Amino acid sequence: MAATSAKRWGRARVIDVCEVAQHVRRIVLEPEQPDVPAPPGSHIDIGVYVNGRADVRSYSVVGMSGYGTELVLGVQLARQSRGGSAFMHGLRRGQEVSITQPLQNFPLNYGRPGYVLAAGGIGVTALVAMGRALKTRGADYRFVYGARSRGLMAFLDELVAEHGDRLDLRIDDEGGSLDVGELVAGVPDGGELYVCGPTPMLDAIKAAWAQAGRRPADLRFETFGSSGRFAPEAFTVRIPRLGLETLVPHDVSMLEALEACGADMMFDCRRGECGLCEVKVLDVDGVIDHRDVFLSDEQHRVGDRLQCCVSRVVSARTGGLAGGDGRPGVVSIDVP
Amino acid sequence: MTGSTSPASIGRPTGHASFRSFPLNAWYAAAWDHEVGRNLLATTVANRPIVLYRTTGGRPVALADACWHRLAPLSMGKLRGDDEIMCGYHGICYDPDGRATFMPAQETINPSASVHSFPVVERHRYVWVWPGDPALADPALVPDLYWNEHPDWAGDGKTIHVNCSYQLIVDNLMDLTHEQFVHGSSIGHDALSESEFTVTHTDRTVTVTKWMLGIEPPPFWKRNLQDRFPGYEGPVDRWQIIRYTAPSTIAIDVGVAKAGTGAPEGDRSQGVTGTVINTMTPETDNTCHYLWAFARDWCLDKQVITTRLREGVSNVFFEDELMLEAQQRGIEANPDYDFYNLNIDAGSMWTRRIVQRMIDAELGSDTGAVGAVAGHAAAAMAEVTAAANAEPPGDGGAGQAAEVASGVARHREQPTAGLMGRGL
Repeated sequence: MAATSAKRWGRARVIDVCEVAQHVRRIVLEPEQPDVPAPPGSHIDIGVYVNGRADVRSYSVVGMSGYGTELVLGVQLARQSRGGSAFMHGLRRGQEVSITQPLQNFPLNYGRPGYVLAAGGIGVTALVAMGRALKTRGADYRFVYGARSRGLMAFLDELVAEHGDRLDLRIDDEGGSLDVGELVAGVPDGGELYVCGPTPMLDAIKAAWAQAGRRPADLRFETFGSSGRFAPEAFTVRIPRLGLETLVPHDVSMLEALEACGADMMFDCRRGECGLCEVKVLDVDGVIDHRDVFLSDEQHRVGDRLQCCVSRVVSARTGGLAGGDGRPGVVSIDVP
Repeated sequence: MTGSTSPASIGRPTGHASFRSFPLNAWYAAAWDHEVGRNLLATTVANRPIVLYRTTGGRPVALADACWHRLAPLSMGKLRGDDEIMCGYHGICYDPDGRATFMPAQETINPSASVHSFPVVERHRYVWVWPGDPALADPALVPDLYWNEHPDWAGDGKTIHVNCSYQLIVDNLMDLTHEQFVHGSSIGHDALSESEFTVTHTDRTVTVTKWMLGIEPPPFWKRNLQDRFPGYEGPVDRWQIIRYTAPSTIAIDVGVAKAGTGAPEGDRSQGVTGTVINTMTPETDNTCHYLWAFARDWCLDKQVITTRLREGVSNVFFEDELMLEAQQRGIEANPDYDFYNLNIDAGSMWTRRIVQRMIDAELGSDTGAVGAVAGHAAAAMAEVTAAANAEPPGDGGAGQAAEVASGVARHREQPTAGLMGRGL
């Protein structure tokens, strides 16, 4: 079931924290009130404390440990994050946190003739439990795991032991980069491809999937809007009709910056998929890094609108415009 | 702990399935004007039983439908004199202000003997009542539905009792893409879900505008256009301009004109315009009275068209009623699930936000600081974090707990905030 669950908050204790790859920690939580075991593809929301402010983050459930009552997370300390991962890396054994029950936005469908799981970097956390479930059910599957280098790859030993030949590692600095065309071609007819990874990887796979004429519903992915074509930069956003202008720091979303400067903004999912925070683009100095999955490729190309919860603007130079300089980007928008 | 944990403010986010609150400080249409006369009409508005009647002088009266004595419904009594009502049980009488004027078996009137008299305004063919604080009942706040009684317009309507929250009808009317799927045989058109729309809002209003240019008219509109331009078979420009006034009134400017004759620029002389007048009155949390009318600007002297449109629209709305009641049952059958809100829900999301702010204002909660939707999570979160986050960032543990609580509160209003931090 993947309808949107109403969240139930409860306490959990940190049982264990350990480094499992460069900048990646495995964090084990024991909920005070055990819920049903987290299904493959599910995540939890957790209350964090960032830059003097309380907030909420979501992390995929890698699996269950203990007697099936403990939740295992994998968290990468992201340099460009808004601070949630730093809070998570600061957790110590014995500490209490507030979490929701497992929430399911990325369910695994059983009974297909074949599966490919494609993980990019820390996106593997959403797919580990799927791989285990497919193996348990004797499904025909392949687990493709790509990263820039081996040291960054969390849960690698477990995956090798568990999946053997079915695991296909693609490591950039070992000369084995992911070929999306080949990846798509490797999904049998009627089979499904599950993807979790950075936006450029997802975009490339979506394009290859469409180009191959595959059924859109058979490409399953989870999205966070957290990575785009470019690293986040500070930029300026203006709403001429309201006489508002504000700087969007590199670690703050446009939506948050607009709210902070007094604009009454509509939104819901805050991960670039529902379309409610869409704003009209009047003018842009620089390049839009859309990062959403609501608009089509063509709509991204036209660029007359954006989803302000995830979309950003980078300077013309960063965006690769001919003759572009490095002045920070500026975007003028109108809001509903 | 935070101020957000009072029972009154524990609720669910406004964009979600179980949202079903309504403000009390608002005018709600309790009845059509013709339904209120020298008879006793029992109804319920905002969970309040009300009895309506009219004085011989023609003034409508709305009293609490429960006798001061032992709460028997006054609507089971009878009218007395020019303007009084008599309880059918022990004969206690009340005037239009709700003050007792007669008591049985005693020569005096108990000083406290009275029932609440709701502020009433009769306007635009409806009798409006104000269930909240009478001191705030400003008649100027009655939604402007002039089409119902203006000489340039003709029309009529009905009341539907619907077993769903009034907000589901607001949602339904704020997004007319559903016409394509629910009303395919009458007003539906593929262009409805394919067309772009714009949304604007103010403190008390939301407007959703959609134009469909050069399309084949759906059957309902083809016939209406032919009333004025017999034999016209060509394409049309169609518009739907949905105007919401908080908390629950929606007037929809709808129509078609011969394609390319300037309707989008304001010249509707080659077209026909209707106004769908909708005002929803919450009866209980999960039921409502839906008063609607359809007014037109063409062939004003043709009663046959008034009847045809009233019955036609009535049939169309029956299709909505089936879906809305099923949706309400679906919400109640899935208490652990929330809505997923889409781009097409933008209009409805603004109405829910405005309504939530009205409710917050009535409750005196500070939406800016904590958000009235905080609920249990904030309380739980405050407790947890007081213990969990041992090192305060400078303002002490309690302050931090409150901060975290407010973060969760904010998050409940803004679900999935922070997915960007998911480690990718």
